[in-house]
Amino acid sequence: MPFKIDVKNLSLFYGDKQALFKVSLGLPKLQTTALIGPSGCGKSSFLRCLNRMNDSVPNIHIDGKVLLDGKDIYAPSVDVVELRSHVGMIFQKPNPFPRSIYENVAYGPRIHKLFKNKSALDEIVQTSLTRAGLWEEIKDRLHQPATRLSGGQQQRLCIARAIAVSPEVILMDEPSSALDPIATAKIEELIDELREKFTIVIVTHNLQQAARVSQKTAFFHSGHIVEVGETGELFTMPKDERTQGYITGRYG
Amino acid sequence: MIKHIVKAYDDELKALHALIGYMGELTLSQINNAIKSIMAFDVALAQELITRDREVNLLETKVDELAVRILALRQPVAYDLRTVVASLKISNQVERIADYAVNIAKFTLALKDLPSFPEIKELPILIKMPEQMFESALIAFETSDLNLALTVWHMDQEVDVYYKAYLQKIFEAMIDDPKNVGAYTQLLFAAKNIERIGDQSQNIAEAVYTMITGKPFQESDIAKNVSQI
Repeated sequence: MPFKIDVKNLSLFYGDKQALFKVSLGLPKLQTTALIGPSGCGKSSFLRCLNRMNDSVPNIHIDGKVLLDGKDIYAPSVDVVELRSHVGMIFQKPNPFPRSIYENVAYGPRIHKLFKNKSALDEIVQTSLTRAGLWEEIKDRLHQPATRLSGGQQQRLCIARAIAVSPEVILMDEPSSALDPIATAKIEELIDELREKFTIVIVTHNLQQAARVSQKTAFFHSGHIVEVGETGELFTMPKDERTQGYITGRYG
Repeated sequence: MIKHIVKAYDDELKALHALIGYMGELTLSQINNAIKSIMAFDVALAQELITRDREVNLLETKVDELAVRILALRQPVAYDLRTVVASLKISNQVERIADYAVNIAKFTLALKDLPSFPEIKELPILIKMPEQMFESALIAFETSDLNLALTVWHMDQEVDVYYKAYLQKIFEAMIDDPKNVGAYTQLLFAAKNIERIGDQSQNIAEAVYTMITGKPFQESDIAKNVSQI
């Protein structure tokens, strides 16, 4: 299985404090990889390294390599804005722009000039909303403010906005922790469908969610990867005592 | 093993073990009484244990209910999940073993009006090993003892040897004493039920093996040294 993203010996320092210690992890193409671990273990820091979201953090220092299709995303020649069109991100709280539903999805294609005319843009908006499982619910109110949507709809709108620029990888940081179980189930179903076209990396504190949506799981602890493996195996037969303790609730 | 952060979760898993432990003790006493009843043609004892089988069935239902509750409320994973799954299997196997004790008691009822046969005296010898297998399999589950589970698994071969030797004696008795062939047939059935107790105990040992190792049970793995598993 080829790796879409291959992380090699990644170390991350916030000033003097080291958050990641020579972490290596391959993210298989068109699969969902879940990152689990206790708060402060470095999983979100790791995720944010994958599209250089950490660049703006003061006093940050990163060592090691993050290869996207074999090319180092930290190479000086890399355009970060373009990188993020390839590696999109969904955050914990839905963050639609204070614009219409249509404009939220059209925003990315506009700044990246991904269409020739209005009808082509309309098509991108419709396709993205359809893929995000939202089109049928909102097709008659595309020009209403996005903020009027429910939390779950807003999160799916954010997913539509992310996929409108045709990324190859989608990073998700606790995408459903603020949603009710039905909205969460819709997001999980969506993750499963999106896997046909996108490589997905998800950080979640919900272990059952990690078990349900991912094919590969990595357990982080104190800035290290303790164990990584096929999800079904990691949740039924973890090899490391610390993984066993964490996933069974014996962590202490 | 380190305790769960949620104490009630530990309590529920302990309760599951305790239920199976109690079910096992009750079933062991049923087996003992079944053998006693057939040896002494004790109809009252046979009937008492037949009635008592309901208690074992009820315990199996309780194990099922608690296991389903743990699955629904705790969503166990890893060793906890394997323990719950093993509990469901083992309670079913224990219930089957209790049924064999009932069957043996029923043969007592069938044999009660007949004269004693020398071959009956061999039944307490025949039951020894399956009974020991059953008891050890339950201890292996309770203490997560892989070596003990494997020992139980191997013991079944010896049970088969004893069983075949016993069958041979019965067949010979049938030829020598054809007028009592009906009674000998009852002994054959009793022996078969005893042998099945060994088989079911072996199944319990297999469930314990999977619970501990996380691997499906395969005979080819068992041939290897325990330390390699």
